[in-house]
Parts: sequence; C-alpha cells; structure tokens
Amino acid sequence: MNLVKKQIPITLAFFIGMFMWLQNYLPNHDVQEIYRTINLWSLIIIGFTLIVGIYSLLNHHAQKIKRKTPQWGFSVVVYIAMFTMVGAGLIDSKHMEAGGPLMWLFDNMQVPMQSTMFSILAFYIVSAAYRAFRARTKEATILLVTAIVVMLGRVPIGEVMFGKGLPVFTEWLLATPSMAAQRGILLGVGLAAIATALRIIFGIERTYMGGGGD
Amino acid sequence: MSFYDRMMQIDRRWIFLLVLLAVVIPLLKPMGMPIKITPPAQAIFDKVDAIPEGGNILIAMDFDPASKPELYPMTLALLRHCFYKKIKITLLTLWPSGMGLAEKATKTIAEEFGAVSGEDYVFLGYKAGFAIVILTMGESIKNTFPKDANGNSTGEMPIFENVDKLNDYDFMVDLAAGASVEVWIAYGKERYKFPMGAGCTAVSATQYYPYLNTGQLDGMLGGLKGAAEYEKMITDAGYTKQPGAATMGMDAQSIVHLMTVIIVIVTNILFFMQRRIKKEEEV
Repeated sequence: MNLVKKQIPITLAFFIGMFMWLQNYLPNHDVQEIYRTINLWSLIIIGFTLIVGIYSLLNHHAQKIKRKTPQWGFSVVVYIAMFTMVGAGLIDSKHMEAGGPLMWLFDNMQVPMQSTMFSILAFYIVSAAYRAFRARTKEATILLVTAIVVMLGRVPIGEVMFGKGLPVFTEWLLATPSMAAQRGILLGVGLAAIATALRIIFGIERTYMGGGGD
Repeated sequence: MSFYDRMMQIDRRWIFLLVLLAVVIPLLKPMGMPIKITPPAQAIFDKVDAIPEGGNILIAMDFDPASKPELYPMTLALLRHCFYKKIKITLLTLWPSGMGLAEKATKTIAEEFGAVSGEDYVFLGYKAGFAIVILTMGESIKNTFPKDANGNSTGEMPIFENVDKLNDYDFMVDLAAGASVEVWIAYGKERYKFPMGAGCTAVSATQYYPYLNTGQLDGMLGGLKGAAEYEKMITDAGYTKQPGAATMGMDAQSIVHLMTVIIVIVTNILFFMQRRIKKEEEV
C-alpha cells in the first residue's frame, strides 16, 4: 500500500519533474517529441480531473443535505443550478445559440448575478474608505495621497480639474515606483515557486498526495 | 457625542445612496469628458494597426460576466479594429465561464462586418488546463483544438492554412480578469516568442507594469479607461462610428472617483479636528 500511495507518486513526480526541467536545454527531436506527448496526455488527465472535481462538489453537498447541516438548503440550490445548466447544455444542440436554453440561462441568470456581485464592491469600497482611510501615520499618508492622485489621474475628470500633468504623473507613479514594488513581489513569488517545485520534485513536499507530510 | 463621532456613525446606506446617484446621473446625463490616450494603450493600437491585411491575431478572452463592464467593451473595440483591418482572428477562452461572453462578442462583431467563421475568424471555445493548453498551442493549435466551438474541424479551415503555432501569429492579446496574462507570458510568449499585449481590469493593471517595462508586454489596456481609450482610437481613426459602452461609462467612473476622494479628504479633516480637540481637552 505504501508503494502505491507514496513511492510510485514520488518517483513519478521526480522523473517527470526532472524531465520537464531538463527538456528546456535539450533540443533533441526525440526529447521534444516526448515533451509534446506528455503535454497532450496532461490535457486528457486535466479533462478527467474536472469529473473528479464535479463528483467531489456534488458529494460534499450530498453529505450536507443528508445530515441536514445548518443552511443545507443552499446545497439543494447547488444541485438544482448544476443540473439545470448541464441539462440546458445537453438540450442545446446548436452550441450556445442565441435564444437557446443555455444562452438564455447565461444571459438572464449568470450575467446579472455575477455582475451584481462585482458591482456591489463599489459601494463597500466607498463605505470602507469613509470609515477607515485615515492619515494616521507617515506610511498611511503616503498611501492616501498616492491613492487620491491615481484615482483622479486615471479618470478624465482629473485632467479637467488639474490639467494634463496629472495623468502623466499618474502614469509615472504606476510605471516607476509602483512597478518597482511589483517587481520585488514578482521576484519573491518566482523564487518561492522554484523552491516549491524543487521540494515536490525531490519528494520533500508531499501534500499534493493528500494527508500532508508523512 | 462629538460631530466627528456622529459623522462616523452615519448610516452607511446614505453613502450607498451617494454612490448610486454618482453612477446613475452621469449615465443619464453624459458630460463627454475628454479621454487621454496613455502610452500602453497607444502601443496596443499601433501593434494591431500595423498587422497587414490577411495577417493573423490571437485573442484570448479569459474573463467572466463579473468583469463584463470593463473587458467586454474592450473586446468589442478590439474585434471591430481587427475586422475593419481584415485581420484574421483566432479566439479562445481559458475560463469555463467565459464561453458565453466570448461567443456573444465574436458573433455580434462578426455579423456587423459580415465575417465568415472558419475563413475570417474562428472561435475555438474553452479547453481546461490553462498552462498546458498554452504549451500545446505553441506546438500545434489544430492538435490542441481539433474542433472549434461549433464542432467544425479546424484541420480543414482556411484560416489555419498559414498558422498553426503561437509564433505564427502577428500579435496576441490576452483580455484577462485574473492572472492569466502572467501564465500566457511564462508558458507562451517566453517559450515560443511572439508579440503580446494585454487587456485587464483596472485593479490588476498595476501588476503588469513590470512586464511592460521589460518588453514582455508590448502594450496594455487597463480597466474601463483602457477600453474607452481604445474606443476613442478606433473612432478617431475612422474604423467605427458605433458609440462605445466604455466611453459612456467614463463619466460615471469620474464622478464616483471624485466623490470618493472628497469623502476621504473630508473625513480626514474631521479626524484631525477631532484629534486636536481631544489633545486640547487633555491639556
């Protein structure tokens, strides 16, 4: 059991990981052919992971309905929504044709619901700014002043009120100091990603197998 | 209770009402404020404009209805530009919930220009796998998408006579609500070397400036402003007379931003007045 659950996945991760890294430096035709084949296999495997994901979601909500956990009614909504959309997709033989059931559901359910969720943010952001955006410290003041400049500089009213210099200054703020900070973050993320990849390849990081650690 | 405390405990529904008015009034009574073209937006326009007639562009529409107000007008403007210039367009989405909007945008603009699917444009639809899809597209698009979104075989399409790999395209644009631009750069552009631009939501625009600086992105459209800039550029160039949704939305966005700034300044003034009063009372 240990062999199937641990040694084989770790060995596979090591060999595939090492190969996918080394193939970058090996322009040999056969190596590149293996690389292409692995990528195409990956596409098929990813397709199957969708099935696993759907099963996992439905199973999770089935348990909630079965045990009548608090707010289990929402789990029923998940089932109804899932099967309605899948059913509409199967009925809609003309793929996403305007006026078809799938497109109707998309236009009249998904678009308004997702747009509403996102637009509500505007109300909460202004409310939060009203209550919490204070120049209490030096750093908070810099943040506040920068936010005001960028907010006005990114919209036409900024230019109308303060002239052409404001959008230019805003663009400089985004392209220079903000960019420098972003670059630092990106380098950190990149290094962390390399470290994590190495940990997975060498079998140190095993949480992807489930259960975590040993 | 001091004036400041009373102001801070104001029912937030009053603020919501202010936001609502700031959005609705400019939409009903547009002011037509001037839109300044930023260098990253101009760069995308110039890149697309330089593609010769019959050239090829790849557009990834990696967004869903949540980002529709910002990215959908951007998509329409970009498609209008490409169809007007008779550039052949390959479209796809790597977001499962992006299918509906991508399909709608493509059909709307294709009908406007009388473009034929499979010849002037093709919508490949959605494929799961993100980075892997990009990697396999770098080797062969026809192998990655044997059929388009309508179930037609891509192998027999005239549009794929001269292109099959990512680096066969004259330009690629990722219209993204999430972090897909970075994935396209890491797995697509850097490996297969093709010119690339991005269109993104305003909130994620700042994270792409490092890529603009390094030249990994040739240009960028950021948020509703970027979409309005593109609409202005194609209108000024005489490619369309259709009024753009982003341009109409810029007045509302201007007023909401101004209102937020005024609110922040006023509450900060009240905050400092309150702090001074408290200090004086302590003395």
